[in-house]
Amino acid sequence: MKARAFDYRRVASVAEALDAYGACAGEARYLAGGQSLLPALNLRLDAPDLLIDIGRIEALRGIAIEGESLRIGALTRHAETLASPLIAAHAPILTQAAAYMAHPAIRNLGTMGGSLSLADPASELPACMRALGATLEITGPHGIRAVPADDFFQDLYETALVPGEMLTAVHVPLAASGSRMQFTEIARRRGDYAMVGLAANLVLAEGLVTSARLGFCSVGPTPMRAPATEAALTGRPLDGDAITAARAALGDDISPDDDDSLSAAARMHLARVLLGRVLATLGEGGAEAVAA
Amino acid sequence: MSAAADSPGAGRYIGRGLPRPGARRLLAGRGRYTDDVVLPRMLHAAFLRSPYAHARLGVIDVSAAAAMPGVHRVLTGADFEPLCTPWVGTLSHFKGMRSAPQRPLPTDKVVWAGQPVVMVIAETRAQAEDALEVIAVAFEELDAVVDLDAARAPESPVIDAGAPDNVLFRTRIEAGSTASAFAGAEIVSVDLRFGRHTAVTMEPRAVLADFDPSEARLTVHQSTQTPYQFQDLYARHFGLSEARVRVIAPDVGGSFGMKLHLYHEDMAVVGASLLLKRPVKFTADRMEAFASDIHARDHRVRARLAVGPDGTLRAIEVDDVTGVGPFSAYPRTSAVEGNQVVRLIGAPYRLTDYRADLTVVAQNKVQMSQYRAVGHPIACAVTERLVDLAADRLGLDPFEIRRRNYVTDDMYPHTTPSGYRFEKLSLATCLEKLHALMDYPALCAEQAALRAKGIHRGIGIATYVEITNPTPAFYGVGGAHISAQDGCVLKLTPAGEVSCAISITEQGQGSEAIIGQIVAEGLGVDRDHVRVLTGDTETTPSGGATWACRGAGIGGETALQASRKLKARILEIAAAILQAEPGTLDIRDDAVTDADGMPRMTLREVANLAYYRSDLLPPDVSPALTVAHHFAPRGYPFAFTNGIHGSLVEVDVETGFVTILKHWVVEDCGRVINPLLVDEQIRGGVVQGLGAAFFEECRYGETGQLLNGSMSDYLVPMACEMPDIVIAHVETPTLDTELGAKGCGEAGTAASSGAALNAVNDALRPLGAGISQLPMTPERILRALDVI
Repeated sequence: MKARAFDYRRVASVAEALDAYGACAGEARYLAGGQSLLPALNLRLDAPDLLIDIGRIEALRGIAIEGESLRIGALTRHAETLASPLIAAHAPILTQAAAYMAHPAIRNLGTMGGSLSLADPASELPACMRALGATLEITGPHGIRAVPADDFFQDLYETALVPGEMLTAVHVPLAASGSRMQFTEIARRRGDYAMVGLAANLVLAEGLVTSARLGFCSVGPTPMRAPATEAALTGRPLDGDAITAARAALGDDISPDDDDSLSAAARMHLARVLLGRVLATLGEGGAEAVAA
Repeated sequence: MSAAADSPGAGRYIGRGLPRPGARRLLAGRGRYTDDVVLPRMLHAAFLRSPYAHARLGVIDVSAAAAMPGVHRVLTGADFEPLCTPWVGTLSHFKGMRSAPQRPLPTDKVVWAGQPVVMVIAETRAQAEDALEVIAVAFEELDAVVDLDAARAPESPVIDAGAPDNVLFRTRIEAGSTASAFAGAEIVSVDLRFGRHTAVTMEPRAVLADFDPSEARLTVHQSTQTPYQFQDLYARHFGLSEARVRVIAPDVGGSFGMKLHLYHEDMAVVGASLLLKRPVKFTADRMEAFASDIHARDHRVRARLAVGPDGTLRAIEVDDVTGVGPFSAYPRTSAVEGNQVVRLIGAPYRLTDYRADLTVVAQNKVQMSQYRAVGHPIACAVTERLVDLAADRLGLDPFEIRRRNYVTDDMYPHTTPSGYRFEKLSLATCLEKLHALMDYPALCAEQAALRAKGIHRGIGIATYVEITNPTPAFYGVGGAHISAQDGCVLKLTPAGEVSCAISITEQGQGSEAIIGQIVAEGLGVDRDHVRVLTGDTETTPSGGATWACRGAGIGGETALQASRKLKARILEIAAAILQAEPGTLDIRDDAVTDADGMPRMTLREVANLAYYRSDLLPPDVSPALTVAHHFAPRGYPFAFTNGIHGSLVEVDVETGFVTILKHWVVEDCGRVINPLLVDEQIRGGVVQGLGAAFFEECRYGETGQLLNGSMSDYLVPMACEMPDIVIAHVETPTLDTELGAKGCGEAGTAASSGAALNAVNDALRPLGAGISQLPMTPERILRALDVI
């Protein structure tokens, strides 16, 4: 299929992008890596009047430590996320997740901001941001605002972004001392959307779990936290009993629906299996993260 | 990929694992596919497709679309009525078969979701799609026939209003007395379900029709494997002179049987070109491919096997129900798939008592028809699952029960209970070779050791017998205009090079490569000096083209005999000049030699002489250096091949995921012309079979909607999930031809899913579980394990 005709404008700055959006009489879309937007246009699922190409805005690029967090520009390509030593050191869960994201050709173009703005609950980065407790930096006509990841993802493909606003960066807290992180997903084929995915971010101190943040992919309309499960893990050693308790508690947190490809029962079962396996891995150390 | 060794007894070229000469061109992006062809004044077509699986057609309002920018014409079913006669997908040798007449676009109702309803012809494809958005069609939705069991229920809606029910064809095969054979025997049974999958060719279907009214001449560029068949169809159904219809298949990016059926869009595009007197192109996008390319399989097979206490297989009874969509496909019918299932079940074994029922039913789904290894994977999986169950019942090893029951080497020629005649197979040789190739005892020991650690591995084997080199017994006797012969025109050019025009076609598998090898060897010339031309009805002789594993066996023999004829011509001319007897001369390395191999004159000198100085030839010696040869097999109706697959899998019993660890194939396609290409055929076929076993499935909702018609939702097998595939060969040449080659293109697909089915069941068996549905998805395995 061919996309409906649209206007195209490449901009050099965020301000120019926002102006172009505001000046558009019809519907406008920001175009970054285009890995979801362009197929949607070709399938005529979306037919904006104007595409504003933000792909060359330098201010949207870059990965750097800013104070107690890692600032990741919205135009960071998935391939850059995968390769970044800073991300590997301070938010290794993102390095792990990037390896699961589609295929190299898509990773070379797809961006951090694009994936988070689309908010597909089956994709990896939204779940990671919730697990990491990241803050999303949103720039709009009235300035910059910061939204916690837990508040950003509101419903299926719905976020805190209002029309005209742009996600410009994410701020990820540097991994705390005692952090144990793991991202894993179950998919039929390498690179497919997850049947279930889990970003787990635990902190252990003196043998006890002091903090647990879990972000699940593909189990609900948004990337899902699992508060009852997190509570079941907190304040105790990460041992077999804790894992059993966590698996049991997961039923209070998520209740996936049947869909065309997988029954609710199978998805719930796989979520429990994945949780148990990730926690077992974390019990043995999980991904290395340097102390903050 | 491992390099294939040359075959034992390889000649100068035949038997050598040489790369395809055309591969470099395709990899360099120099391929020229139908969609690359751009003609002056060419227009583009797009189709509005039915959103309903079954609906009555009301008013179609195209007025707004006709007024859209760039739109030249909007066509509906009525526009084609005067142009094109309808087509019916039956063959006379399938007694009692019926199927509703088909037309380019429907006039009364739509019968599957995705059926083309309205055609827009515009200056660009995008403009045509813009116009589709403003067409209003009044559909009155009807109850859809979806499930193949429900399609046969008395209360089911009937798709074809002129028919009593949804059954298109029934047949029964009966040999001996199964009733008496089952009495007192151990009985094992299966109820196996095989989902639909589809070809997913890298190049989708594409057709570009160019009608020139000044000569009433139609040229069609088309991504097809059978240009001669389409030449006949377009001429007959549009009332054109066949000699004025030219079908050109340029580079074709895969076909797998999918591109030899007539599609409604093909006829609509040809009709539109006739109406507009301009070239009209249609290229299916991926969504359209899923919604309109033929699907494969869709069977429910209930079968039972009687086995004696000593492990002797006695009899099989089969009931196969297959769902084929609203019509039987044209011109080959959708009954061949099921017919081959019921005729191939049990084929490798010494059985005398056999009964099989086949029921072909209509449904409101995409048409199901011939796809690589037509019917074979179903027959193989049913047979080999039954044999494994019998082995398990009697405590026999899977190798041992096969060893005891195969048709033996002293039984050839052998006729199966279903009437297939085998010239000679190598069943026991292949079995023992696989046993060694897998190192079966070591695998069993490893399996037992791992089971003790809670790791569940399974080993499965599956024997196949494959139909290749078909004679007119396949289609011609049923009235189809589908040739079982091939033709080859071979010429020595004035520069002493060789041009070979042949009727088999190339879709990426290397047909042209092997023909070049055969001709080069047959003539005694360097292969680089042989140019092979295919895929154009005007420049190549008519013939059967490429399907049913016939290219190497029939096309190859045609080329070999043509090369013999041309060689004789060359030697006659050379002998006249050299004043020698032709019988004392030979051709080696592009030169005419004496019997000792001493060069006497080059082929360039012979050709120069014949073309430019024919005055030097004696008057009774013709200067002709072009020969034609046609060949059709006259011996056995089919050249049957055989082989066996082995599969090693590991089942994660917590997730239901299967890791395919390794796959082995021992195959016997007779004389191997190019072992590298045979191995590639086998590997590609195995991957398609494993796709059917684990990944690929066209899933439908209750109202007949295809739920996963996109590349993100339909899982084609990818390299990461595929195992190493180890291949070995046994060569039993057919004596029906000098070349001795049989087909190999479907051998990989025929048994890989059956071997995988047995392997997964072997892994599940100690857990008291079993699975009987393909594809074996994680969810189905979890349900088999009673985990969910």
